[in-house]
Amino acid sequence: MIETTQERQAKETVRKKKKIAAETKPIVRYLDVTKTFGDLEVLKGINLDVMPGEKLSLIGPSGSGKTTIIRMLMTLEEPDSGIIEVEGEPLWHMEVNGNLVRADQKHLRRVRSKIGMVFQQFNLFPHMTILKNCTSAPIHVLGMNKKEAEERAMAMLERVGLADKVNNYPSQLSGGQQQRVAIARALVMEPKVMLFDEVTSALDPETVGEVLEIIRDIAKEGKMAMILITHEMDFARDIADRVVFLEDGMLTEEGTPEQIFENPQSERLQSFLARFRNGSGS
Amino acid sequence: MSVMDKIRQWNWEHAIDSFPLIFKAMWLTLGLTLACYLCALALGFGWTALRSVKARWFNALVRFVMQFIRTTPPLVQLYFLFYAWPLVPYVGYSFSPLTTAILGLGIHFSTYIAEIYRSGIESVPKGQWEASIALNYSRFQQWTKIILPQALPPVIPMLGNYLIIMFKEVPLTSAIGFAGMLLVAREYAQDHWSYIEPLTIVALFFLALSYPSSLFVSKLEERMNRRFRKNEQPKGVAVE
Repeated sequence: MIETTQERQAKETVRKKKKIAAETKPIVRYLDVTKTFGDLEVLKGINLDVMPGEKLSLIGPSGSGKTTIIRMLMTLEEPDSGIIEVEGEPLWHMEVNGNLVRADQKHLRRVRSKIGMVFQQFNLFPHMTILKNCTSAPIHVLGMNKKEAEERAMAMLERVGLADKVNNYPSQLSGGQQQRVAIARALVMEPKVMLFDEVTSALDPETVGEVLEIIRDIAKEGKMAMILITHEMDFARDIADRVVFLEDGMLTEEGTPEQIFENPQSERLQSFLARFRNGSGS
Repeated sequence: MSVMDKIRQWNWEHAIDSFPLIFKAMWLTLGLTLACYLCALALGFGWTALRSVKARWFNALVRFVMQFIRTTPPLVQLYFLFYAWPLVPYVGYSFSPLTTAILGLGIHFSTYIAEIYRSGIESVPKGQWEASIALNYSRFQQWTKIILPQALPPVIPMLGNYLIIMFKEVPLTSAIGFAGMLLVAREYAQDHWSYIEPLTIVALFFLALSYPSSLFVSKLEERMNRRFRKNEQPKGVAVE
């Protein structure tokens, strides 16, 4: 009985995916992307497509390069080789007289306006109130007027349940609350792709739930593509349309959450998941 | 000569006579200090901007020039600017004592101020840069909206200390003829053959101005320390 339900779910997901794939082009595309830090080859040729609205979970052991993948998409880390495309347009390169050359600041800014990110350490601006944290970028980057930005920020803060904290400073909030503000701050910019980099790793266990709940809620809305890195396997499974397993700088296995978690193919993925089941983490 | 004889040399007439002259010159000294300081603060930003250029050879060059300026005595720099610079072909220009003083001390201390800025900037966590990139601020906005508002307040006491240090270095400018307290006192002394009174008064003026300022700065430092220790974000600790 359980199996048949899962099978049906799996089929449904596949169908949904196929339908999306037929209709649209990937919003994010990695083509043979590599990255080396010193002597350490972190990524050894990544090929990955993310569809508009798709929820993708990236799992893998620590040091497998998960964070580097999304940091490159946020333009925080430059790839050594390969191309990352956003809506069909190269992110780190631009075309000049038919040649792909290194992108300048202007190009980077234009393309990365489609990407948003929530960090492990929240990175709220400590010198601004909660409200200003959420209105500063809309005002100064998107050119919104103050009133409009405040309305939008308030709507988001209400959504994450922190409308009563608007005049507080980040240091007056708990970790979970800060992370919820960080999510609201990123949402206000209305990115097409949102990146979550182990957003609950720095939190107290009792505040993890509230943050996951918010992300789940956003995911349900569906418009935005999301790439999640998390060590919360239940959450990864729950929220994702597709799960990708990263090991030693390579994407070694991918599939629906059911395929990955119920029927892992490679031995390494099996042992990785087993370690989580035993509760020892990565 | 006994101690009493020495004290008897103190002439109240000279003291009362020179006091108003030195008091008047004090305003000039204070004004010059402020001008030099503002110059140093502004040029300090210039150095910081130059040092943020990524090219390695350029960075090394900038560091060398800064080191050179810092390790040469300011008095030598003042003499050079005043007496030698006008003779340099093409770029040479003869500055007034006031301009020379502002430029000379301003440039000298700007290299120290730049180091203070740098320590402030480096104390801003890397995550702040990353968040400002993720929110797509322009380079300029990253500096003005996110980084500097966090980098500067903690170093205000250090900057204050340099104001006091500069105040004490300003008498150097008497060497190029700037009529501050020291020059006025020396001229009075030479005219009246009485050194002890005017110079004592100058010393007392410096003490009266520096000491309260340094107390103020250390108070400020305490307050800043408390404030910024409190605002540090404890990793995932609830403060509800």
